Amino acid sequence: MSVFADEETRLLVQGITGREGSFHARQMLEYGTQIVAGVTPGKGGQRFENKVPVFDTVAEAVQTTGANTSVIYVPPMAAAAAIVEAADAGIPLIVCITEGIPVMHMSRTMPFVRSRAVRLIGPNCPGLITPGSRAKVGIIPGNICAPGRVGLVSRSGTLTYEVVNHLTCAGIGQSTCVGIGGDPIIGTNFIDCLRAFQDDPATDAIVMLGEIGGTDEQNAAQFVKAHVTKPVIGFIAGQTAPKGRRMGHAGAIISGSSGTAEEKLAAFAAADIGIMRRPVDVIELLRKRM
Amino acid sequence: MNIHEYQARALLKAAGIPVLDGDVASTPTEAEAIARRLGGTVVIKAQVHAGGRGKAGGVRLAKSPGEALDHAAEILGMQIKGLTVQKVLVVPAAEIASESYLGLIMDRETQRPVFMVSSAGGVDIEDVAQQTPQKIVRFPVDPTYGLFPHQALRLALVLYRDFVQVKAAARIMEQLYAAFVANGASLAEINPLVTTPDGRVLALDAKIIIDDNELFWRPDLGLLRDETAEQPSEAAARRANLSFIKLDGDVGCVVNGAGLAMATMDLVKYYGGEPANFLDIGGSSSPEKVINALKIITADPHVKAILFNIFGGITRTDDVANGIVAATRQFKVAVPIVIRLTGTNEAEAIRILNAVGMTALSDMDQAVARVVKLAKEAA
Repeated sequence: MSVFADEETRLLVQGITGREGSFHARQMLEYGTQIVAGVTPGKGGQRFENKVPVFDTVAEAVQTTGANTSVIYVPPMAAAAAIVEAADAGIPLIVCITEGIPVMHMSRTMPFVRSRAVRLIGPNCPGLITPGSRAKVGIIPGNICAPGRVGLVSRSGTLTYEVVNHLTCAGIGQSTCVGIGGDPIIGTNFIDCLRAFQDDPATDAIVMLGEIGGTDEQNAAQFVKAHVTKPVIGFIAGQTAPKGRRMGHAGAIISGSSGTAEEKLAAFAAADIGIMRRPVDVIELLRKRM
Repeated sequence: MNIHEYQARALLKAAGIPVLDGDVASTPTEAEAIARRLGGTVVIKAQVHAGGRGKAGGVRLAKSPGEALDHAAEILGMQIKGLTVQKVLVVPAAEIASESYLGLIMDRETQRPVFMVSSAGGVDIEDVAQQTPQKIVRFPVDPTYGLFPHQALRLALVLYRDFVQVKAAARIMEQLYAAFVANGASLAEINPLVTTPDGRVLALDAKIIIDDNELFWRPDLGLLRDETAEQPSEAAARRANLSFIKLDGDVGCVVNGAGLAMATMDLVKYYGGEPANFLDIGGSSSPEKVINALKIITADPHVKAILFNIFGGITRTDDVANGIVAATRQFKVAVPIVIRLTGTNEAEAIRILNAVGMTALSDMDQAVARVVKLAKEAA
């Protein structure tokens, strides 16, 4: 058991012949992920690495291979269309890695995604990894992860690696690590992941890595208070960030007086979420609470 | 991307929204000429990417072309929140019967463009939202269909009772939505939307923020960027494809990834230092990016020490090491550099650094504590 990705994952890679897609498809194969198909319009009939069949459309790929998860590496201007194509083909889990999708594209895409029985993770995210199942969907480096019972959910990429690395070095393995993405409009939020980890018998504790901007962490804290019985610890990046400036991630911006680190940390404290002052604090807090 | 009021006004005007006549000036004589052409009393408005222009003395009434010349001379070159005023907008002074607020923002929670309409206009809408939130009517638009006429009418009825004005305002709602979509905006605001004593409805001020992600395929919108209205270091960073924000501290930071970059700044503060900047060199960091990053950071005279914090995933740490070595060969870095790197090709990176007498740490806390100490010693 685990969250969102496991040994049942039959992965399709959209944009498999592109620069990013081919690089990461190789890494996912090396890790042990079951990649059953790739899609690049116009390259149908080819084989990736002499192994993975490439199709022109997602529908064809699904029909032929039974793919049940898709990961998207197509450029920003075509990425929202790729999400819609995957949802239309009935793929239940879509992970969009692409950064730089215009927010209006996502605003128009979400009503369609929500009209289907689809979970979208991202965009602008590192994807997810379930070390115990050797299932890696995205770009999180496999070598820093270890199988175990801590679930991790994060808005960031390299900060996730930093924290996962601390965990692994301290002998604390992970059930699943999910990067939900740094954009203002994303398919899966903290609450969705908290609910999944709470229901997952393979997860004993949850780490959430948030950042400034928006109210997702505040809502998540209320959810933790009401519905999560497992220990939760959290971090907020951007305590020294100035107001009104976009800190790299399109979603990491304090608008007016809303979305500050103080506001989020206060919500964490009110929900008895253990607060990490530094990334390394994850180890001591988990040991105390698990 | 922020654009100036005069540019936002032009976009609204192009969408059919009624705005006052007027023009932008870069010199006092140009402002005088515009005032003469407009006749009567005019308003001179500083064009900078900062709020609170009025309080800072950047908005003034001029009763004659001569006064317009004098006021423009004072406002041009003025500093508002650290930014120098390069242009002024000259518009006729309107007679105002009522002031309202009309805004459209891309809302994260509903994931839709949301109208915000309030009869409390002309003031900071943030204050209204905090003190009297009931005075703001919010309405999310389904982007699949856009704003329907009856929805526009309902929003207009929040503001006016006179049906001529209601119809005019409803039309402005539809035009504002169209301008928002056409220009890839994440915010479009008219504050205030006014009625005049003779019953007209007019947009008196305009603010538009364009979604940076649109610029890649909309070079026409990119042309609206005014680099002179930005910090020079931030403009240089953008040209080098670096995500950079200047801050007031003395510890320069070079990090891969936005979340880790923010966490690094926070850790600098935790250990008693002050970060000089936010800088994300991105995923595929070529040595050139590192060289550009070092150039931009060392140009800041406040920087007393520099920290590299690299967690190699897609980023190859040997690329970063090569960049650091190449940069220090190209130009002299007068302040100490502390390097933390771990992950992809770490052994090779350390070999590259050691060969030129540099060392690297693998622990983030150790590195941050050291760079803060060095910055303090140099201060």
